[in-house]
Formats: sequence, structure tokens, C-alpha cells
Amino acid sequence: MSDSIGMPRVRVATTSLAGCFGCHMSLLDMDERLLELAKVVEFDRSPLTDIKHCGPCDIGLIEGGVCNAENVHVLREFRRNCKTLVAVGACAINGGLPAQRNHLDLGDCLQQVYVKRDGIEEGGVPDDPELPLLLDRVHPIHEVVRVDYFIPGCPPSGEAIWKFLTDLIGGRTPRLAHPLLRFD
Amino acid sequence: MGGTFLFDGRPVPFEEGQTILQAARAAGHYIPHLCWHPDFPPHGSCKLCIVKVGGRHVSSCALPARDGMEVESNTPEINGERRALLQMLFVEGNHFCPSCEKSGNCQLQALAYELDMSSARFAHFYPDRPVDASHPDVLLDFNRCIFCELCVRASRDVDHKGVFALTGRGIRKHLVVNAESGRLADTDFAVSDRAADICPVGVILHKRVGFAVPIGERKYDEASISIVAMEKGE
Repeated sequence: MSDSIGMPRVRVATTSLAGCFGCHMSLLDMDERLLELAKVVEFDRSPLTDIKHCGPCDIGLIEGGVCNAENVHVLREFRRNCKTLVAVGACAINGGLPAQRNHLDLGDCLQQVYVKRDGIEEGGVPDDPELPLLLDRVHPIHEVVRVDYFIPGCPPSGEAIWKFLTDLIGGRTPRLAHPLLRFD
Repeated sequence: MGGTFLFDGRPVPFEEGQTILQAARAAGHYIPHLCWHPDFPPHGSCKLCIVKVGGRHVSSCALPARDGMEVESNTPEINGERRALLQMLFVEGNHFCPSCEKSGNCQLQALAYELDMSSARFAHFYPDRPVDASHPDVLLDFNRCIFCELCVRASRDVDHKGVFALTGRGIRKHLVVNAESGRLADTDFAVSDRAADICPVGVILHKRVGFAVPIGERKYDEASISIVAMEKGE
């Protein structure tokens, strides 16, 4: 990647919805190439900056699926602000592990975890108004907003994220081929 | 009487009775497939092997080769249709690769890689398909069934047991076990059966061997399915 002193840097926002931050760990797993990336990229809203709301951005990276009302608001904020929105990892693409509850009744799930579980004495389903409302099903993000690109993997390797971002920033059509394209 | 046809513009010889897929493979050309297996007669249900002959879509596993045919296979149009078929298979079942023992050895997953499928595109069904862990040596995870009927055919035609069947129609089609209880433990199914090793995806799994092969050494980790399938003749 060419040095771009004087060029406006590409603005990138990232977030984790119903995810485990594994994809963000993979982003950091680029090791020293992060320094090269930092020359051409600046971060907007992201767990890395702790900025709470997304401003106008070039690229939005979404980890995790949509499991509650807050996820929907965050995802729509990203879609409004990001020119290119990217689903990163299995959960953003097909719901992933959280979606394994999708064939179960949500009420039954909550009862089992917070009321009926062994060892719980005075259980109760948490109902603090601060808690985001759970959706009956976990959705891949493309079921809620339009998504421009998908980077599969659980998590995608740092190598795959690097290849994708450098392609996109370099003006090439991003393409992940074997063996960077993988679902596990 | 054999002859020659054109496969993506290249001449491929064939012998009388060979299908397009058989002749193409003999000449070193891979055609994607899921329900086809070299040891079984063509089934023609998965449609991954579709090719275009004279402007018409045909299943290359089932159509006998004819002299002078012009066959299109590895084209953006046909591969796009194959990808759409894969995407429909992915949303119809529960294909959660990160937790699947078959990951890395799975033909459905490997074909998705081969055909550049980065998302399932359609809305997921998330069906409820309970697993059958009743058998002492084999686990059945129906979530991953793609209805290729290879287990049905292997159990019926090779093992002569008829353990498996498909029932229901259309979107309600599903794999069942041929026992009054519906449980695999109540059949004469054995881990040494041909049907126990035929599943191209992760439905029929041997117990106590899951994840034994590390990531990086699995069947499709090194080379893609188009190379592995031709080398191993499957």
C-alpha cells in the first residue's frame, strides 16, 4: 500500500452487535500491518476509540447479528452513515451462535436461564428498562439493512480482513478466494 | 459409438453410454456436484451439475454425451445459478459451520468456497430439526440434510437394509429413519455400513472421532474441492 501523507484518510467505523468481539480480535491480529493500516485509515465509532455515535464514514464493519432493539438502532445508524457497509464474521452473515436459539421460544429460553436453572433460588427474568428488548429471533444483518460486502469466518482471519480492506481502500473489487474464504 | 463434444470450448472425447459429467471428468474437467457419486447411478436432484447444452439447462450427471454437443459449464452465468442453489440449501437447513464436525471435510461448504459464496443472500428458515443420538456409534444431525438421498441409496442398494428415506413434499421434505420409533438405535444400522460413510455433509457422523483432524489438515483446507475431487476420484 502506498504512503498517503497529505491524502485524506479513509474513515472506518466498527461495532459488535450480537457477537463475541472475536472478529475485532481478528482485526487486531493483523499484527504490525496495523501500523500500515493506521497510515491510511482513521477510526470513527469503534470499541477501539470509544466514540459513542457514528459520523459520516467511508467503511462500516459490523460484527455480530441482530438480537435486540438496540442492535437494530446501531445497525441503522451505521447504514445511514457508512458509504460501504461490511458484514464481518459468521454471526453478522447468518446469525451464528446466538441464532442457535431461533428454533426455541424466547420466553422458554429466558425462563430456563433465569428462573428454572439449577442453583437459582430467587430467580426472575431481568426487566430493567435500561435493558434492550430482545427480538424473538436473531437475524443476519442483511435481513435488516442493505449490506455491500460479506467477510465470512468465525472469525475471519486477520489475513482475510487485511486482504479485504486493502482491496477496498485500494479501489479494487474485494474478493476472498480459497483459502481465505472460510466459514469456520 | 463414441465421439467428441466441446466442453467450454475444449474437445472432450466420450464412449457410448457415458454421461457429460463422466466424460468431462475422464478428460480432467471438474463439474460441481452434490448428489452424484461415482459408485451410484445418477440421481439428478441437486442440480449443481447443471450445464448449458444448445441453450438448454441439463443435468450433466444424467444426460448421455452426444457427438458435436457444445457444453457450457464454467461460465459466470452457470456458476451464478449454482451459487443460488447453494444459497437456498444453506438457508433451508441449519448450517452452522463453526460448530460442525464435518467442517473442512464438507462438500456443501467446499462448493460454497469454490463458487465464491460469501453470504446466503436469502432469509434463513431456521427450521427445528432435533438430532438423533440414540445409536451407540453414529449421530444423526438432521439440521444439515440437503436431501441428496445418498444415504437412502447406499442403505437400500448396497447395505440392503433400507434404513433411511425421504418423506414429505416440497418444503416439508425431510429425512426419516425407517423404524417404528423413528430412532436409529431401533434399526439394524451399523457403523460399518456404506451408508455410514456416504453423507457429503454433516448429517451422519461417527461418534467419538469429531474434530480429531486439526484445522489445516482437513480434506478441503489445502486444496479446493475442484482439485481434491478429481485427485480422489469422487
